[in-house]
Amino acid sequence: MAADLPHATIADLAGRLGRREVSAVELMAAVIARTKAVDGRVRAFNSYDEADALAQARASDDRRAAGAAGPLEGIPIGFKDVISVAGQPLTASSKMLANFVSPYDATVTAKLKAAGALCWGRLNLDEFAMGSSTENSAFHTTANPWDLERVPGGSSGGSAAAVAAGEATASLGSDTGGSIRQPAALCGVVGLKPSYGRVSRYGLIAFASSLDQIGPFARTVGDAATVLGAIAGHDPRDSTSVRQAVPDYAREMAALAASGRKWRLGIPKEYFGEGLDPEVGGAVQAAIEEYRRMGCEIREVSLPHTKYAVGAYYIIATAECSSNLARYDGVRYGHRSAEAQDVLELYFKSRAEGFGPEVKRRIILGTYVLSSGYYDAFYLRAQKVRTLIRRDFLEAYKVVDAILTPTSPTPAFKRGDKTASPLAMYLNDIYTIGVNLAGLPGLSIPCGFTLGGLPVGLQLIGQPFQESELLAIARAYEARTHWGDRRPDL
Amino acid sequence: MSYEAVIGLEVHVQLKTRSKMFTRAATGYGQPENTLTDPVVLALPGTLPVMNKEALDKIIRAGLLLGCAIAPVCKWDRKNYFYPDSPKNYQISQYDQPICIGGAVEIELPGAARNLMGEHKQIALTRIHLEEDVGKLNHGEGASLVDFNRAGTPLMEIVSEPVLRSADEAFAYLTALKMVMIYGGISDCDMEKGQLRCDANISIRPVGQAALGTKVELKNLNSFAFVRDGIAHEIRRQIAVVTAGGKVAQETRDYDGQTGASQSLRSKEMAHDYRYFPDPDLMPVEVDEAWKAAIRATCPELPFDRQRRLQAELELPYTITSVLVPDRDLADFFEETARLGAKPQVAANWITNDLLRELGAARVGLEQSKVRPAHVAGLVALVEQGTILSNAAKEVFIDMFRTGDLPDAVVARRGLKAETNLDELEKWCADAIAGNPKSVADYKGGKESALNAFKGPVMRAAKGKADPRRVDEMLRQLLSRA
Repeated sequence: MAADLPHATIADLAGRLGRREVSAVELMAAVIARTKAVDGRVRAFNSYDEADALAQARASDDRRAAGAAGPLEGIPIGFKDVISVAGQPLTASSKMLANFVSPYDATVTAKLKAAGALCWGRLNLDEFAMGSSTENSAFHTTANPWDLERVPGGSSGGSAAAVAAGEATASLGSDTGGSIRQPAALCGVVGLKPSYGRVSRYGLIAFASSLDQIGPFARTVGDAATVLGAIAGHDPRDSTSVRQAVPDYAREMAALAASGRKWRLGIPKEYFGEGLDPEVGGAVQAAIEEYRRMGCEIREVSLPHTKYAVGAYYIIATAECSSNLARYDGVRYGHRSAEAQDVLELYFKSRAEGFGPEVKRRIILGTYVLSSGYYDAFYLRAQKVRTLIRRDFLEAYKVVDAILTPTSPTPAFKRGDKTASPLAMYLNDIYTIGVNLAGLPGLSIPCGFTLGGLPVGLQLIGQPFQESELLAIARAYEARTHWGDRRPDL
Repeated sequence: MSYEAVIGLEVHVQLKTRSKMFTRAATGYGQPENTLTDPVVLALPGTLPVMNKEALDKIIRAGLLLGCAIAPVCKWDRKNYFYPDSPKNYQISQYDQPICIGGAVEIELPGAARNLMGEHKQIALTRIHLEEDVGKLNHGEGASLVDFNRAGTPLMEIVSEPVLRSADEAFAYLTALKMVMIYGGISDCDMEKGQLRCDANISIRPVGQAALGTKVELKNLNSFAFVRDGIAHEIRRQIAVVTAGGKVAQETRDYDGQTGASQSLRSKEMAHDYRYFPDPDLMPVEVDEAWKAAIRATCPELPFDRQRRLQAELELPYTITSVLVPDRDLADFFEETARLGAKPQVAANWITNDLLRELGAARVGLEQSKVRPAHVAGLVALVEQGTILSNAAKEVFIDMFRTGDLPDAVVARRGLKAETNLDELEKWCADAIAGNPKSVADYKGGKESALNAFKGPVMRAAKGKADPRRVDEMLRQLLSRA
């Protein structure tokens, strides 16, 4: 029985913990053992604290014994290393914060703790969440559990790989342009980016404030719904979080999925063009056929401004990051150059030594597009494009309930394949970026495997704050296909 | 050729709020270094700003008091620049949409003499916007240390149009602005605590020329007197440059109030590119009519309006109102005293002379004074009724100031009640007349002032407790019979 614990779902574990078939300490110990067995190869984690995790598990068992079990009581959840947990490292996989320990809890952390979850280790990412392969981590690369020669995707590669490899029951990531959905697709797990403003960003290291959103990785759609329910809601510490009641996502999802509703699903023609890997395209078409068999109405829709999304994204995201990352200056915390002789050198050398090449590239690009004389041509125009992209989606939602696309144009690629060309790397997010620009909820769910055994993800894009419906549409498919039940052979 | 100066002021005023502009950390001055901080103030990774509504209330109040239009939406921008006193290396500010637009500050120029009211003028404002203050650098031997206690304190920037014409006008502008801020409870404007800071943009042009000359920005003007002196110095410097055939360079200069000299800090070429853009962490906030109306309902009367009212309705002289009005608490004290029935001019005299003198001597503020409006009103009434005499009243006042006892109690305790026994008074007057036949003759011969010669002996006999008016009456009566 215990061997199976690291791969169990939250729903399953909640039952077994509740019936006292297993304790939180046994579960945590099994996940630790699994991590120790496989993480030497997967390298999903930047760090973890075994003793602290077991102490949390003991406290959880005590709470359960006292009759005070929360909805995620005893569930080990991993954290992308940009989400702060008081007393744990918070590195953003950057030399800049290699020795930084956060003194406070992110709002999502506080909420997960209140729900009884165990704050398990720190998961690797592309430095400051900038990248699509986790190869931009300043510490080490993470392997795709399905093929250790390949990348897990990114930027939340550690979060996706950990769930796929049985090193965490669920995990949190952040998604600015696809950083949850793309690695979820490449690692064969469920990844959900909620609507912008659904989950508090307080305690998330900012990359691009108007695009960033925290969301869950899980083994099933239901588990993703459970975690979302625990972390969503208005936060007085984040004025971009929305004052809107949080439904019981898991229950609403289950009820809607079981209702036999025939959804109207849109297929945007712009998402099936050049650059789409035939095996990925085939798997996605098969998924669309599955929905048709379920009685759903499949309609072609158009999102005409899609071709401008990558350009607008790299202007807005880099502009915001150039300002958001200005605080890493070596003055109050983080890396400080030992060579600096004066204040200017302190800035130049600390930042030159502390940031990796992709982070620098984006800071420089963002500084440029905000410069006097260029602002209107770049930033302002990109914001207008953003408005048009959102309008495209809202227009489509007049005739469809959700939109289906591939999550990523290709399955997991080999390590080093795309590092030479930043542009080739940026195009990995071509199907996911529009969702962030439009502030919509998006989800990736496993929809098949390539002949080489690599997972393929189907992206479902929902209407603003209609996460229950989005989850239900995904759940209805999951219930018929079970692609997520497969496990990598490690 | 004669030149005129064109001056615009940028005044930074810290708002008096309990917590900082974008987080709950407390504001304050003089606390141990880096104690008024939290993760947001220190810009720790992952922290976010959340707007302080009290700060927005206060700047709207300032805008309403100064007749500004209030923008329908409060929008925030980031001003990007690196400096160690700025924790995020950007300042949250308002760039293209300030919350207050237009408006004016009414100023009073120095009068021809101290006791004469000077000319009043309206100084137009360009805008007022809200931003966050930065920390403070302390430069020591071999190291510079940063104190973030001040960082994040709400700060208003009040920008005047370039319509001031002299150092005196600039001084009057600051004085008037400070008065309005204190009246509105918006800021204490204590320059020593950095609650008010002023930069001046100064240019000169030949009288009659419409085009503006090249402007110089003067910084570090850290007292009202230094503002006046620094501007006067800069005007002289620019005239000297131009008169000598030179050109004024566009630059920022630093004025040293101690030496009375200035030096160049940076030229125009070194100007920053702040890369302003809307702060994506803060949603724009709508300022609706109901919000403005609620604030307007709590706005006090403006100081100069109050001065005009006190002069017109209560017939107080300028010499009195110019002391009372600039200090809102003192003026409130006075108005409360008058409301309790005291004759306004008499009460105002007590307050501006005796009360201020005693407070000054005791080195205490009005709020600590044991003499309250009821004491002054009571004292004025006792004198009015003739219960005590004016010299006794002075003694009563000093006693009240020390003990806080009400005037009735002091009079009773010290036995200062005026003598009203007419038989006794008649005897003292008769004695005085009998003892001075020469003055009787003088008086009868038409020399009115001879009457005074009898008063001294009467007062001595009465041990000071005789009412001078009654003494006067009695003497005339007896002399007419003699």
